[in-house]
Amino acid sequence: MELINNINCELVIIGGGPAGMAAAVAAYDAGLRDILILEREGALGGILRQCIHNGFGLHRFGEELTGPEYAARYEDMVREREIPFMLNTMVIELSEKRVITAMNSERGIFTVSAGAVILAMGCRERPKGALGIAGTRPAGIFTAGTAQKFVNMNGYMPGREVVILGSGDIGLIMARRMTLEGARVHAVCELMSYSGGLARNIEQCLNDFDIPLLLSHTVVEIHGRERVEGVTIAEVDESRRPIPETKRYIPCDTLLLSCGLIPENELTKMAGIELDRVTSGAVVNGDRETDIPGVFACGNVLHVHDLVDYVSEEAKIAGEAAVRFIRGEAEKNAGIKLTVDGRVRYTVPQRIEAVADTKVYFRVSDVYRDKKIVVRDGERVIISKRKQKLAPGEMESVTLTKEMIENAGESLSFSIE
Amino acid sequence: MFDFVVIGAGVIGGMVARELALSGGSVCIVEAMGDVAMGATRANSAIVHAGFDAKEGSLKARFNVRGSEMMEGVCRDLGVKYKRNGSLVVGFTDEDRETLAELLRRGEKNGVKGLRIVEREELLSIEKNIGEGVKYALVAPSGAIVCPYELCIASVGNAMDNGAELKCNFKVTKIEKIEHGYRVFAGESYVEGAVVVNAAGVFSDEIAALVGISDFTVHPRRGEYMLLDKECGSLIGHTVFRCPSKMGKGILVSPTVDGNLLLGPTAEDIEDKSDTATSAAGIASVRAAALEQVAGVNLGKVITTFTGLRAVGSTGDFIINMKDGFINCAGIESPGLTSAPAIAEYIASLLGLTRDKTKNPTRRAAHYFRELSTEEKNALIAKRPEFAHVICRCETVTEGEILDAIRANPRPSDLDGVKRRTRASMGRCQGGFCSPYIVELLARELGVPFTAVTKCGGGSYINIGRTKEN
Amino acid sequence: MKERALTCIVCPRGCPLTVTLGEGGEVLSVTGNACKRGVEYATTECTAPRRTVTTTVRCECGGVISVKTASTVPKEKIFEVMAHINRTVAPKSSKIGDVIIEDVAETGVAVVVTANRANR
Repeated sequence: MELINNINCELVIIGGGPAGMAAAVAAYDAGLRDILILEREGALGGILRQCIHNGFGLHRFGEELTGPEYAARYEDMVREREIPFMLNTMVIELSEKRVITAMNSERGIFTVSAGAVILAMGCRERPKGALGIAGTRPAGIFTAGTAQKFVNMNGYMPGREVVILGSGDIGLIMARRMTLEGARVHAVCELMSYSGGLARNIEQCLNDFDIPLLLSHTVVEIHGRERVEGVTIAEVDESRRPIPETKRYIPCDTLLLSCGLIPENELTKMAGIELDRVTSGAVVNGDRETDIPGVFACGNVLHVHDLVDYVSEEAKIAGEAAVRFIRGEAEKNAGIKLTVDGRVRYTVPQRIEAVADTKVYFRVSDVYRDKKIVVRDGERVIISKRKQKLAPGEMESVTLTKEMIENAGESLSFSIE
Repeated sequence: MFDFVVIGAGVIGGMVARELALSGGSVCIVEAMGDVAMGATRANSAIVHAGFDAKEGSLKARFNVRGSEMMEGVCRDLGVKYKRNGSLVVGFTDEDRETLAELLRRGEKNGVKGLRIVEREELLSIEKNIGEGVKYALVAPSGAIVCPYELCIASVGNAMDNGAELKCNFKVTKIEKIEHGYRVFAGESYVEGAVVVNAAGVFSDEIAALVGISDFTVHPRRGEYMLLDKECGSLIGHTVFRCPSKMGKGILVSPTVDGNLLLGPTAEDIEDKSDTATSAAGIASVRAAALEQVAGVNLGKVITTFTGLRAVGSTGDFIINMKDGFINCAGIESPGLTSAPAIAEYIASLLGLTRDKTKNPTRRAAHYFRELSTEEKNALIAKRPEFAHVICRCETVTEGEILDAIRANPRPSDLDGVKRRTRASMGRCQGGFCSPYIVELLARELGVPFTAVTKCGGGSYINIGRTKEN
Repeated sequence: MKERALTCIVCPRGCPLTVTLGEGGEVLSVTGNACKRGVEYATTECTAPRRTVTTTVRCECGGVISVKTASTVPKEKIFEVMAHINRTVAPKSSKIGDVIIEDVAETGVAVVVTANRANR
C-alpha cells in the first residue's frame, strides 16, 4: 500500500480535545469541509477523558455533565459531520509556512500543507522539579493529573496517605477522588494566602470530607528513600519564605502537586510565533489569530481556562475566523493593543484587529474586594464595572463594543481600581 | 569460576568490565543496586576535563589526560553522545588571575594542548553571556561533555554483548580467598573469580576491608545540581568553571549533550553514603554562584534538582593498585568520568591483556532512531509501527525506542532505568504524561503486574494497589 | 435565629450564601445567591444535604469505566454508594447513559455510565 505523504488540507487542527473539536465543528458549521484534526492520543476528548467529575457544560449545554460526557457531546458532533481526524498522530513540527510534520503508524512521517492551522494542544502541569522542594526523590510524588490518570483511567491507586501541595482545581478534585477510593488526604497546602481553585471545589472536595486547607503553607522537605515516607510542611511569611518554627512533619506515602498549568507551546515556538510572557500562550487578536497569518490558537494552549465551556466558546471564535481567513474574508484594522496595569495580569486577546463587539478575558494577580474593573481609551474611561470580589483563580471578562473599538486610539488599558 | 568479577556497575566498573570482556575473558559484574549507573555515575557534572586541574605526576593527571584523548573514540564506538565544547575557568579578581596562570602552567606540564588566558573583551567574543564581574578566563579547547550514565549503560551493555554477566541487587557482604581466586558473597549466594576488581564507588573502602585492606578510606562528598529546560541550553557553549578551591572545581554552568543547561555542584563532605537529598541551602548556593558566572540564567526554567555523591579517597589521589589478584579502583572522584577509559586500559595492561579481535567493541547508539533520515525512519516504521507511537512528547521518545531499550543489555527493570536509557520523562513535564504509559509497557514486557512496577527498584512502587478495593 | 455561611456548589460561580435559620432549623431566608438555584441549594444543604457522586466502576473487560449517580444522593450515604458501586461490574459494551445500578445503596437513585469506552 502506497500512502501519499504530502497532504494538502484547508484547515488543520492540532489537538482533538475540547478546543480542537469545538473549533472543527464551528469551521464545519461555517461551511468549510476540508478539515483535519490531528490527535496524539488513541481517542478524541483530550484531558476531559480523565476528568470524570461533574461540573462541565452548565453554560454550553445548560446541564451539568462529567468530563467524558462533555467530550462525547463534541465527539458526536464531529462524527455526525464526518469531520476527518487521525488518532495516535503526533505533530512533530510546525513551520511558519503552515506546513505540519506529523507521524503515525499507518503513514509514518508525513507532512500536511495547511491553508490555516488551529493550535489546540492544551496544557501540562508544573512538575516537582520546577518547585525546588528540598529532600529526597522517592516514588510517590505525582502531579495531580498523573494521579488522576492512574486512578480514573488505569484503575490503580498511586497512594493511600496523601498530602497535596497547591490548591488548583485538579488538586482539589483529586483530594475528593482519592478519599472516595479509600485514601486519607491529610492536608492541602497552598503557598498563597488564597486558593487558586474554585470556591465550590473547596466546599465539595475538601470541606465535605473534613480535609484541611492550609493557606500560606508549603512543603519544605520530602522524606523517604524508596517511597515517600513523609513531608515537612511549614507556614510561609508575607514574602512566601517558610517560617522555621512552624515546621511540622506529616507521615504520608504520597505527595500530589497541583501548582499550576502551563500551556504546551513547543510547536508554537518552533514556528516562531510570538508568545505572551504572562500567559505562556501565543499573542493573539480578537480572532485568536497569532502573529503568523492563518495560524490560530484556542483553549488551554492559549491561556489556562477555569471552565471548559469557555474553551468551547473561544474555539468557536477561532474556528469561524479560520474559515474567514481561508476565504479571504477577514477584515482588519491597524490593530489596537490592550495593555494591563499588573493588577490585571493579562488579557486575551492581547490586540484587536477586527471591528466587531469583542469579549476580552483577563485574570487578576491577587484577591481584590470591592474594586472596579476599568478600561480606558487614553485618559477617557470607557468601561467601569464594580466587582464584589476578584481572584486570580477566576477568569473575568468584559465586552468591548464595536463603537469603542472604532473610536479607540492605539491602545486600550485595563486596570483594577 | 569467572576469570574476572567486577564489583560495582558504575562508569568505572562498566568500562573496566568491557575491556576485560573484550580481551576474551569471562566476566561477572555484581551490583548492589537494581540497575547500573546508580551511584556517582548517575549524578555528576558530565564533563570530560581537559586535564589542567590535577597535580602533575598524580594518577589523576595521568588518567585524566589519557582519558580525555580516548573519550571521543570510545563514545563513537559505544554510540554515546559526546561534544567537544571546550571549557572556561573564569576569574573575578587579580588573585584569580594568578590561579589561572598556575592552572595554565600545570596544564601544560600535564600535556594539555591549546590552553590560554583571555581578558574580558576577548572572552565576550567567545561567550557573550559571560557573567558581569568576570575579568579573565582560562580557555581549554579540549574540554568536552558526555552523558555519564549513557556511557556506563553502553559500556556494561557492550560487555554483556560480549559475554559478560550482570547480577543486580547483589550487595557484596563477604569475600573469601579461595585457591586461584576469590569467592564473592551477597548473603548466601556467591560468585567466584580468579581476579576481583573493586569499583564500588563510595563503598570501595568497605569492599577492600572485606579482604583485609585498610590503608585507605573513602568518604562521600555531596554535590547538588539544578537542570534547566532545553530552552536555556544555548545560553552558553562552553563549560564555565570557577577558580578551583580545595573542595574541588567549584560550581560550573554547562550545556549538556542533550541540550539542557546544568548548574552545580555544591561540595559538602558528609558521613552517610546514601544521602542524596537536596537542601534549600545547597540549591541557593548553586543559584548564586551560577548567576555570577553566566548572565541570564533563567532560574524559572529549572526542571529538576538532584544530588550526587563523589567518592573522595583519603590519599588525595585515585587509589588504583593490584595485589594477589585483587584490584582496587577506589577514590575515583573528579576527574573520574574522564579517566574511566584510561583506567580500564591501564587495568587491562596490568593484567597483560590485549583485545580479542573476534569481540565487538561497538554498540548501536541508544538514540539511533532520532538520527535516522525520514526515509530510514519510514522504512523502520513500516516494519515496526511502534516507532511511530510517541510516548514521551517532551523528548519525542517512541514506543519502539522504549521497547528496544527494555530488551537491550543491560535490561532496565524500573521507570528510572527506562528514563536513563531513552530520555523518556526526562523533559520539561518530567513524566507527567508518559509515566502511566511506561509503567504499562514495563509491566507487559517484564511480565509483571502493573502494581509491581517501581520507580527505582526495592520498595519504590509507583502504584500501591487497585481502586475499588474497599 | 441563627446564621449559617455556605458556598453554593450548584455552579462554578460559587456564590457565598448567608442562610438565616429558625429555632427548629428551618430556613427563613437566603442571601448572597445570584440565582434561584442558590436558595434551593441552601435549603437542602441546611436540612438534608445531597451530592452527586462521580467515580469509576470495574468493567468486564478488566479495566474501569466512569459512572455517576443519576441525581444527587444524601451526603451521609456517599461512602455506602461508593461501596455498592465498587462491588459492581459493568458489561463490556457499556456506553453513556447505561444504567448499571437501578437503586444505589437504597437511595432510590440510579448509577449511570458516563463514557463510551472503558479504559484498561
